[in-house]
Amino acid sequence: MMRREIPLFITSAVGFIFIIRFFIPHEPFGSMEDTASSWIQVIQAFAIWLGVLNLLKVSLDKIYKKEKGWGYAGIIILSFLAISIAGFFFPFWESQSAGDSYLQHARKFQYPGTSFDWFYTYVYAPLSSTMFATLAFFIASASFRAFRARSFQATLLLLSGFVVMLGGVPIGNVLFSWLPQGWQVSDIADWVRNVPQVAGQRAIQIGIALGIISTSLRLILGVERSHLGGEG
Amino acid sequence: MSPPDTSTTSSGQGFWEKFALLDRRIIFAFIFLALALPLFYTIRQPIAVSPEGRAYYEAIENLPAGSKILLSFDFDPPSSPELQPMAEATFKQLFTKNCKLVVIGLWPQGPQQAEKALASALLDTLFKDKKLEYGVDYANLGFMAGNENVIKKMNSDIPSTFPSDYKGNATASLPIMRGVKNYKNFDFIIDFSSGYPGTREWVQFCVDRSGSKMIAGNTAVQAPENYQYFHSGQLKGLLAGMKGAAEYETVSNQPGKGVSFMGAQSVSHLIVMLFVILGNIAYFVSRRKR
Repeated sequence: MMRREIPLFITSAVGFIFIIRFFIPHEPFGSMEDTASSWIQVIQAFAIWLGVLNLLKVSLDKIYKKEKGWGYAGIIILSFLAISIAGFFFPFWESQSAGDSYLQHARKFQYPGTSFDWFYTYVYAPLSSTMFATLAFFIASASFRAFRARSFQATLLLLSGFVVMLGGVPIGNVLFSWLPQGWQVSDIADWVRNVPQVAGQRAIQIGIALGIISTSLRLILGVERSHLGGEG
Repeated sequence: MSPPDTSTTSSGQGFWEKFALLDRRIIFAFIFLALALPLFYTIRQPIAVSPEGRAYYEAIENLPAGSKILLSFDFDPPSSPELQPMAEATFKQLFTKNCKLVVIGLWPQGPQQAEKALASALLDTLFKDKKLEYGVDYANLGFMAGNENVIKKMNSDIPSTFPSDYKGNATASLPIMRGVKNYKNFDFIIDFSSGYPGTREWVQFCVDRSGSKMIAGNTAVQAPENYQYFHSGQLKGLLAGMKGAAEYETVSNQPGKGVSFMGAQSVSHLIVMLFVILGNIAYFVSRRKR
């Protein structure tokens, strides 16, 4: 009972608090919603730690079993240790401002010039940006192989893509400067983004919203139980 | 006499059939050159400003001097080439209008990105004489876990949602936070976002519930899902990607990184399009032969 009924009751109670608060924005529902939101914040803060510890466990397992790519797991652990030490233990080697208590000093671990900031600026930011930037190369290669005018719909998509790509950069208007005013490539790209694209997005968003409502109701009413580890 | 068949090489396989199987490292090399070379040369191109980009600028320009603004930094370093130029230019325009700025982050890296944008904006000679002071003219309340729940809670009580700022000071003790309870105490909200939680959550949980006015800067990938909010009036302005940053820098007459990166983006778009066209020619030639 403890493993299923109590979580179901909490889900249901919190779900109803949020629904009632939306339609009746008065006390005590406002305070109840704030309390529930605080719980969610605490759980999410723990989830961040859970994620970090899980990554460490998986990486250590990989190294212990010498699985394929265990060297990368070692880099994860080294990086984790380096940035954690820089963040948690920085008060021991960074100079303390006059009048700061130990805790006030410790809170400044992200300040410009600290070891943590050094790692963030010169290691984390360039590496994560590089990883993201490689996407441009893969997109170019994938577009070359997959973006084919095989059918009417694919051709339409291809042409829209070209217009948006050309309209998304200034050179588009330069190359097609002979087009009449109001019909420049950037104007056509604006139209594609603001009319057919928005229409499609609205349909998608309404569909997503309806899906969220039905799934939420199933969770709140206890019909959907797969999140508790059961068969659903 | 029929013309010679130039599409077939001596090995028997046609040029276009070979081209269709082009080594992707060649494409990578072209993209690298397209992105890298324009960074060494200034390519001046006239930048057309979109209606949503102009609306973003005008929304700030029409604010009364000294307005109190809440800015949320919901992105991390990978998105900074697109969003950081917007943020820096926005800070400059807001400081020019003597606005009071309160920064938060729903992404852990957001407040640190905000610090970098603030530092860059404050270096501008325009603000040297103003002697802008932390806690009085601007403040950074830092990151708070909880995604849209943070947005919801801020509608009730901001100081209790962010009890201390990025520097460890009690939020309530900051002069800029005096009299601030919730969104109603801010004249405008600005969100820089590259995903979840981001602009959509701000519109749904802040704008719709509190009636606040808001503008946003998004990555090019995220912006399409937020154009609808611009059309419905829930967003008063929207900047989309690096082009959006360049538009804003152009219309606010403060050319910076956004404008200078447009050269690289222009050339790389052309290269990708060229490869797609050549890929299609190869596809149709190969198909006709089969």
